[in-house]
Amino acid sequence: MQGERKIRVLIAKPGLDSHDRGAKVVARALRDAGMEVIYTGLRQTPEQIVETALQEDVDVIGLSILSGAHMALFPRIMELLKEKGLTDVMVFAGGIIPEEDVPELKRIGIKEVFGPGTPTENIIKYVLENAPKRS
Amino acid sequence: MSKLEEIANGVLAGNRRSIARAITITENTPEEAQKLIALIYPHTGKAHIIGLTGPGGAGKSTLTEKIVREYRRVGKTVGVIAVDPTSPFTGGAFLGDRIRMQELSTDEGVFIRSMATRNNPGGIAKATKDAVKILDAAGKDVIIVETVGAGQSEVEIIKVAQTIIVVHAPGLGDDIQAIKAGMMEIADIFVVNKADRENAEKTVMDIQAVLQLDTREKTWIPPIIKTVAVTGEGIPQLIEKIEEHRVFLQKGLLHKRSLEKAEAELIEAIKEQVTGSIIGKLKRERRFEKVLQQIVDREIDPASAAERLLNQELEKNSQNDEA
Repeated sequence: MQGERKIRVLIAKPGLDSHDRGAKVVARALRDAGMEVIYTGLRQTPEQIVETALQEDVDVIGLSILSGAHMALFPRIMELLKEKGLTDVMVFAGGIIPEEDVPELKRIGIKEVFGPGTPTENIIKYVLENAPKRS
Repeated sequence: MSKLEEIANGVLAGNRRSIARAITITENTPEEAQKLIALIYPHTGKAHIIGLTGPGGAGKSTLTEKIVREYRRVGKTVGVIAVDPTSPFTGGAFLGDRIRMQELSTDEGVFIRSMATRNNPGGIAKATKDAVKILDAAGKDVIIVETVGAGQSEVEIIKVAQTIIVVHAPGLGDDIQAIKAGMMEIADIFVVNKADRENAEKTVMDIQAVLQLDTREKTWIPPIIKTVAVTGEGIPQLIEKIEEHRVFLQKGLLHKRSLEKAEAELIEAIKEQVTGSIIGKLKRERRFEKVLQQIVDREIDPASAAERLLNQELEKNSQNDEA
């Protein structure tokens, strides 16, 4: 029956590294938790990620990065989201992100950062609890 | 101005955020969707709607990307709805068609939306029809609906699209078996993708053979186009055939097909509204439970029980009308 609200999540991989195993594991886990997961593949520019989020009208964006370029790419993504008015989208990140960068990432609006080895149940639980409730 | 009017106006102005929100409404909230579609419906009917279907692995997404590029090259705007299956067990879905369309996402003349079937049978989602209307009202010249990887009975696409492309590729296993039944009859154009593979010619001949068995009288014989989507080979020829088919439809069949589509949609809407209102009402009444028990006790069969309940309901309504 039509009329059921589903959490829509974009799993995106900004930057130039080609390790998408983590992203795919998270995508799969969220799908198996009943969400609609849009996966866009490797090497996404911030522009592509934000435009995809807009067209797909997602509630949540998960960014996966292992290249070390997060301090350059994430602020640009957050800025573009604001520019396009997508301020009600919840953003989380994962991958190789040093502990000392986390406060700055949270300051620019990234809600949570998951390090390597985080059990997928933790991510599922976090998304279910923190996805914005929209009409 | 209500929120819905605001979104409708945004759609008509081609605002991408409004289009995205509008499609979400058609997926999530049927009552609002109905009001929204009513607002934009007068502005629909201008786009050419292409359906792309065929077995999984035939290359539908890559082909879609190439078709979009070709239309963009000649200056047309394009909307894409890419449908993927919802898991019947978890209710979740993995929507991966955009992987092959990444570069299109920042093109302002293209709007792509991934859509899960939400367990609607037939190869498309229930909301697909309305999403097409939204993209149409937003002024897209061409709309492409890519169905889930379809085998035989996923032919709902005929209720949505004007030109239907059935994509196949050599080496997908059962060969033409896989697209035998319904698929062969709905195709306006056949594409044999991955035509650089050595057994491509056999796939073409298999399709030809099945087509020759079709003895229905036809004014349009579905052409078979060979493509290699990854290199773009054969795409201009495919677009040419799509355009030929569009012109062919306009010469006569379009009106007939529009009426058929209108009939199918009207009947479906009536069914839904009748089911919604009457079932809802009946369920609140005590005799509904009584009848259920009678069915279980084999005092009455379900069809006869339904007839009796409906007749009582209709009688009540007509008495109300007279009063």
